[in-house]
Amino acid sequence: MKVSYFAWIRERIGRPEEEIAFPASVVTVADALAHLQGLGEEYAYAFEKPGIIRAALDRKHVKPETPIAGAGEIAFFPPMTGG
Amino acid sequence: MARIKVRIQPEDFDPTVEIAALGAGRADIGGIVSFLGLCRDEGGRLAALELEHYPGMAEEEITRICEEAVSRWSLLGLTAIHRYGKIAPGGNIVFVAAAAGHRQPAFAAAEFVMDFLKSRAPFWKKEHGRDGNIGDWVEARDQDEQALMRWR
Repeated sequence: MKVSYFAWIRERIGRPEEEIAFPASVVTVADALAHLQGLGEEYAYAFEKPGIIRAALDRKHVKPETPIAGAGEIAFFPPMTGG
Repeated sequence: MARIKVRIQPEDFDPTVEIAALGAGRADIGGIVSFLGLCRDEGGRLAALELEHYPGMAEEEITRICEEAVSRWSLLGLTAIHRYGKIAPGGNIVFVAAAAGHRQPAFAAAEFVMDFLKSRAPFWKKEHGRDGNIGDWVEARDQDEQALMRWR
């Protein structure tokens, strides 16, 4: 699955996007975030406060409990500061 | 049905041109309410704001917000423009204009779109200081999130 990062999450991980094959045990958005946390120091740093991280599946806002099956792209980003 | 126009662009825009476009060639509009968001210098501290966005989702999310506004109020036109990239203090960042037969739906829709755009449109601001420091990411404010509650 294509995984995208924005703002300080992108900076901490060091890349804007990558392809990640999530194991079958990863069912929800929260599971995907927990999986990423274990991929290395930079991921642990980026996701150290999982409670504030927002996510989108195929460019739509989703909640942590949303299943990721069938989506082509998942994005993680901090609270938005547009406008 | 109101025509929705959403643009996400690095280029500047002209609010007067956008307002005129909403009313062009029609005589049923009674009022247009517009909001123009600018880059503040934060007391002289800021050299620029850098706006990052999520291409694709930014357009789609703002369009979803505008569609919700059109379903809630009787509007004749709705325009939302958001810039990205580096913007100097005094520069335009965001523009929302709602046209309607009467003022009330136009005021309400413009405010609704801005409230949701602040907390739901995928944009992030980074501060560039006049001292040369590329500083911190602007933190989301709780009051922006709370502003959404009154529209429930």
